[in-house]
Amino acid sequence: MAQLTYREAIAAALAQEMTRDERVILFGEDTAAAGGVFKTTEGLLAQFGPRRVKDMPISELAILGAAMGMAMTGMRPVAEIMFSDFLACCWDYVANEISKTRYMSDGQITLPLVILTLNGAGARFGAQHSQSVENWAMAIPGIKVVAPSNAADVKGLLAAAIRDPDPVLFFEHKFLLSTKCEVPDGEHLVPLGKAAVLREGTDITVIALAAMVPKALKAAEILAAEHGISATVIDLRTLVPLDTQTLLREAARTGRIFTVEENPRLCGWGAEIASIIQEEAFGALKQPVVRITTPHVPVPASDQLEDAVVPSVARIVAEIRQAMGARRAA
Amino acid sequence: MSNTQQQVPQGQEATARGEDIPEAMRLRIYRTMVEIRHFLKRANDLFLQNLVKGTMHLGLGQEAVAAGFAARLNKDDYSFCTYRGHHHTLARGVSMLSVLGELMGRQCGLMKGKGGSMHLTSVEHGLMGSYAIVGSHLPVAAGAAWSAQYRGTKQVAVAFFGDGAANIGAFHESLNLAAVMKLPVIFVCENNLYMEYTPISSVTAVKHPAADRAAGYGLEKIVIDGNNPDLVYRTAGDAVARAREGGGPSLIECLTYRHGGHSRADPAKYRPPDEVAEWLRRDPIAHYRKQLLELGIAEQTLSGIEAESIAKVDQATEAAKVSPTPALESALTDVWADGGSAWRN
Repeated sequence: MAQLTYREAIAAALAQEMTRDERVILFGEDTAAAGGVFKTTEGLLAQFGPRRVKDMPISELAILGAAMGMAMTGMRPVAEIMFSDFLACCWDYVANEISKTRYMSDGQITLPLVILTLNGAGARFGAQHSQSVENWAMAIPGIKVVAPSNAADVKGLLAAAIRDPDPVLFFEHKFLLSTKCEVPDGEHLVPLGKAAVLREGTDITVIALAAMVPKALKAAEILAAEHGISATVIDLRTLVPLDTQTLLREAARTGRIFTVEENPRLCGWGAEIASIIQEEAFGALKQPVVRITTPHVPVPASDQLEDAVVPSVARIVAEIRQAMGARRAA
Repeated sequence: MSNTQQQVPQGQEATARGEDIPEAMRLRIYRTMVEIRHFLKRANDLFLQNLVKGTMHLGLGQEAVAAGFAARLNKDDYSFCTYRGHHHTLARGVSMLSVLGELMGRQCGLMKGKGGSMHLTSVEHGLMGSYAIVGSHLPVAAGAAWSAQYRGTKQVAVAFFGDGAANIGAFHESLNLAAVMKLPVIFVCENNLYMEYTPISSVTAVKHPAADRAAGYGLEKIVIDGNNPDLVYRTAGDAVARAREGGGPSLIECLTYRHGGHSRADPAKYRPPDEVAEWLRRDPIAHYRKQLLELGIAEQTLSGIEAESIAKVDQATEAAKVSPTPALESALTDVWADGGSAWRN
């Protein structure tokens, strides 16, 4: 075990898979010589050479289209879209082409590719470089959606995504890049579609994703220490496939479910989870499912304003306490 | 009519005859065009009988581009085409039954009814898909070419597209990427003068929507008469050879004309009658038939090909009509590589 940053784990996973499989190649804007604008691909050009690690023009259509053409002809490309906001520039490939081709071709074409992109707020970059768009991707049949919360999962999930026979949209979180944790040495794989129970509690279940996971864990500590509320914290890790078994089991156990979502309110992933839980575990619920989200606004640039809209530890604690208080009052 | 004529480069027919094309190849090209023609007419009939649902975009009149290019491709080369892709699909050797079955939504269809008219795909024939978002396949073809280059297979990728696609961002991104990486890809514009219902000239800053952009990517400007099968065949041969030898991409604009409207919803009344008449006169099949007779090929050889083509279309039609419709469960299969559509456990 070594301590790696989330950033280092991205490069480690790519190196692990590129070493293992000649078909894996990496390309994107500033990906090769610059090592990525957030230094997530540093060292890979030196290690694997310009044939396998390539800088692309600012051409998001060409980047994702080329990845698709490569994947259907025997390669396993990893295509980088610098900021997840830019997926809107090439959404045709995500929504119309990559996700639908296997189905439309009646299984003749499979597309083992990974779209690697930086998601989320925390860098004070304003509304077009700070969004959490995982819920856009979740709405499309045919693409898997992964968003890890820590370096160990980055390594394991990214490796699994590269080996997966289906297309995967892999959301790195820019706020987490410098966070560190123990990451297994050598080959490390985390299967897609398995949520992680990070903390066991008895009163409530908090379901979080990516940068909301460490905040949920911190909130759980405060709730236990200061308010006598014992929380289970689940890291969803992947939205598609969705580990509904773990969610329903937890709903049945605590009966009090909270989601913590960085995406804006409407049609955030928590809405789907709330829907599934009320449909399939209604009898076990002791209170309505509560969604803690970014309000339905663009992400503002000012640090004060950005911190005010993205769910914070304090807000998570407050909203959970309020919901619990309301329950007691009723 | 002068407008149409000025778009056809002069003197290229003569050059086309300059190179000796074997008789067997000319007959193959003729047969491909005739088969496509009869097939598309039949597809149209079946649409009118409500046996083909939805919509269709016929390549009637554009057969020479498909036949000429397909004749230059190896079995493992890649073709990418548009929603107007039936002619390219057949030209790559896909069976009439599987194409007709797909148009009719039957079990015998190429994708068993899950793709439809606009998405014909046959990987075993190198037909890597038909794309219904204008221009979206151009980067995909570049990617397939990049893959071939990386793997060192000497395969080439050809992307066919309409004049309208030349104003799409993906067209320009693909050309730049292909040129900078010297990818073995050939971009073939079938300029049929209309972007759906709108004359392409009225919405494009240059006369030749594809070829006039070639210089921007360091490529040669190539405009040919796309209704001249020999010329298409020769031009395709040059471009394929260049791509295969590592010489990089080509952009070829083939001037041609749809005999009908954009889709089955479009009677194409916006086209001047004299323009339509002129292009019908320049029909690639009639033109080639005359040429083949002049070259000494027997009338009965050609009429034999025509009769065989009609018989083949009849046979496919009858077989498609009796093919069952797909099992309803198949609507929930093949989203994922495991064959299923599950998004949860």
